[in-house]
Amino acid sequence: MTGRAKTVGQGIAVAAVVGLLALLVWKLAFGDGQGAAGELAKGGNPVAPAFTLSRLDAADGKVSLADFKGKPVVVNFWASWCIPCKDEAPALQKTYEQYRKQGLAVLGVDAQDFRQDAKRFVKRFGITYPVVYDGSGSTLGKWGVTGFPETFFVDRSGRLVGERIQGGIDTERNREAYAEGVRLALGEAP
Amino acid sequence: MTRFLAAALAALALVGSAAAGTPVQADLEAEIVCPTCKTTLDQSSSPIATRMKAYIRVRIAAGDSAAEIKAQFVEQFGPAVLAEPPKRGFDLLAWLLPLGALAVGVVVVAALAWTWSRRRDGEGAAAESALDPDLERRVDEELARFDA
Repeated sequence: MTGRAKTVGQGIAVAAVVGLLALLVWKLAFGDGQGAAGELAKGGNPVAPAFTLSRLDAADGKVSLADFKGKPVVVNFWASWCIPCKDEAPALQKTYEQYRKQGLAVLGVDAQDFRQDAKRFVKRFGITYPVVYDGSGSTLGKWGVTGFPETFFVDRSGRLVGERIQGGIDTERNREAYAEGVRLALGEAP
Repeated sequence: MTRFLAAALAALALVGSAAAGTPVQADLEAEIVCPTCKTTLDQSSSPIATRMKAYIRVRIAAGDSAAEIKAQFVEQFGPAVLAEPPKRGFDLLAWLLPLGALAVGVVVVAALAWTWSRRRDGEGAAAESALDPDLERRVDEELARFDA
């Protein structure tokens, strides 16, 4: 092997190692893997990650978060096999009915689930707000969803406000934070 | 003895059905990934994994082939639900890249081995010719005396 080829080879090896180290540092510094929920937990108000998904009741119909532009939205991630999702379903429907006239939208995102199971769930709990289907869970990473159910609040400017609610919205632990999230999304004064 | 024969017949029947193309529950559970825990279904007892196992059972009973069942899962959960990426299109890279890397590695190691062996031969020859002329003359004299 000539001296020049050896130098080039060593240069490539060193560059590869430096590149991998840089990736590691970047991941440790910025890539917390918690998506928008991570920024929200740090006190920020990130823009709600955009998505376009098929409607649960019609695979060919699409719904985007952008369709709710200018409206406060409660975004609820759920799955039919999740027990706390069943427990909170009536409370979410109640929120929708109670605040609809004030412009509040509720959007359900059914993820990592069988579409037919989710349809049965919607029928069983009498859910009338729009629900989209994300079988592959493509939205979960961007939002920082780590389990089901999880609920986020989007204000009229499209930013996340309040806390990310992990677990049922009507549990003792979450009831207050949920009410606060709805209030913040609506832009009501404290 | 009767029990043993019955078990053997059952095993043969299982092998026969697998060979005939009837999907085997355990095989499919090892080839489908639970979307929440990221392990294959046979390694998981999460609620969705349990539901997916039940779905496989129902589809096998309905007469679907393994390919059809996998396709149904991909339709519902996306291609990441398969433990092995399909051997076509962009996913083919997942199969070809490791083989390519292995081939490149073999070529690099062979080239290095060839270069090193040649360098060693060269160094030997160089060392031979680099013998001090005076010393070389003395060695020749000593060898001649030894032969005599």
